[in-house]
Amino acid sequence: MHLALFIIFGGLCVAGALNLLLQRHPINSALSLIVVMSSLAVLYLLLGAEFLAAAQVIVYSGAIMVLFTFVIMLLNAGTEERTHGSKMAYVAGVPGAAILVSLLTFVFLSHRGDFASVRVGDYLATTGDLSRVLFRDLLLPFEVTSILIIIAILGAVALARKEH
Amino acid sequence: METGFLTFLLVSLVKIVLVVVITLMSVAYTVLLERKLVGRIQNRWGPSRVGPFGLLQPLVDGAKLFLKEDLNPEAVYKPLYILAPMIALSCALLSVSVVPFGADIRWHGIDLFQISDINIGLLVILGITSVGVYGIALSGWASNNKYSLLGALRASAQVVSYELALGLSLVGVVLRSGSLRLRDIVDIQTPHGFLSWNFFGGFQFVAFFIYLMAAFAETNRAPFDLPEAESELTSGYHTEYSSMKFAMFFMAEYANMITVGCVATLLFFGGWTSPFGSLFSHVLAGPVFAAIFPVFWFVAKVFCFLFLYIWVRGTLPRFRYDQLMGFGWKFLVPVAIANIVVTSFWIGLRLPMQ
Repeated sequence: MHLALFIIFGGLCVAGALNLLLQRHPINSALSLIVVMSSLAVLYLLLGAEFLAAAQVIVYSGAIMVLFTFVIMLLNAGTEERTHGSKMAYVAGVPGAAILVSLLTFVFLSHRGDFASVRVGDYLATTGDLSRVLFRDLLLPFEVTSILIIIAILGAVALARKEH
Repeated sequence: METGFLTFLLVSLVKIVLVVVITLMSVAYTVLLERKLVGRIQNRWGPSRVGPFGLLQPLVDGAKLFLKEDLNPEAVYKPLYILAPMIALSCALLSVSVVPFGADIRWHGIDLFQISDINIGLLVILGITSVGVYGIALSGWASNNKYSLLGALRASAQVVSYELALGLSLVGVVLRSGSLRLRDIVDIQTPHGFLSWNFFGGFQFVAFFIYLMAAFAETNRAPFDLPEAESELTSGYHTEYSSMKFAMFFMAEYANMITVGCVATLLFFGGWTSPFGSLFSHVLAGPVFAAIFPVFWFVAKVFCFLFLYIWVRGTLPRFRYDQLMGFGWKFLVPVAIANIVVTSFWIGLRLPMQ
């Protein structure tokens, strides 16, 4: 049952990601990204991270992607023209992607033993467990991250108000 | 697969079909209630010709919408134009799946009054409503009409802004019950009737009023119905829709109203519990009454909420757009944050650290 769900939503995730790249209209790409994010939420749920799954849907699918589509709608972006791509993409991009994939594969395969505790299905980390780790054991990193985000927001506001 | 899984599947399917039918029927009759009540407020009768007191009006309206011609304007972007009403309606109906309608009564191990009882029920409802905005946003864009697009832009901006105040207003309630499971949230409000409801006993009335106003904006209802402001945008995002596609938007709006009413009832007004606590529980005792009365109280509370919704629509004028945004960001969000701070101090000082 869990394996079936994993295959379905993993496949949906990959299909959405491919569709995101292949679609020529920005709004279709944005919608494919929503599919990717929502199926990622299901994968989190299968791994037992229920709060993370809900947060993924609320924050990414529900808020950030709404802003993406909002901007696409406001700019009324048309269909992209098909080009042969820049030379940089062929010179640096393809080898770079190949190196990244092989590096990640190497890391995951050499640390296979560390992932033995990760199971699909029969394990559940409740919201209580998560908040205990987040607000007790990792309180300092959490607060530092929130300050970082506030600085980023202030920077964005300062940049946006420059003309006045 | 084993038989346990099959029975689970079958039972869930039956429950889903029942709940969807009941929700759609209540949507139809909420429309009638609205027309009747707004009629009375405006000193006229409202629908009164079809059936006794106009009670068959929703069925006739449904038949009319089914039989109307389904127009597809030429310049629309077809795939999204067709997809948008489906997203709107399915998201509106999905969130009912985690709402418990009655007490936790099991019959042969089957939960009778809830489709699925999950730990993060409240977050699921918030997530589904936040995805529901795509129905409106895409419909406006795909219609290729400036009024529709303006309506859709207003709707998505409004929903994203008010979602924040809505989510923050619920934090106080979650703090008090220490759980995101809807049954736990109701259970903590049961002991002393209405005195232990979150609205009174939990001192969450500030949170309730924030929730109320944010909910009006989330469901695009008056006085925040700017996405379909008739005087400026003809009818906003569904200008280009006709027949059943229009009806799907219409049903989604009313289904959202019902969901919001259910959430308000569960979170602030004790869900299915009686306002008198166990004061009159000996009068009509027995397992059947123990199952029926909670459902009665739940429906009565949701009905009061729908009544309030319609009353506000018949009474208040529409806000201006800058007023709407200013109200959401400069008033509701700070008050919601203050409510969280005060509630956490209150809970922290009252309960010693475990």
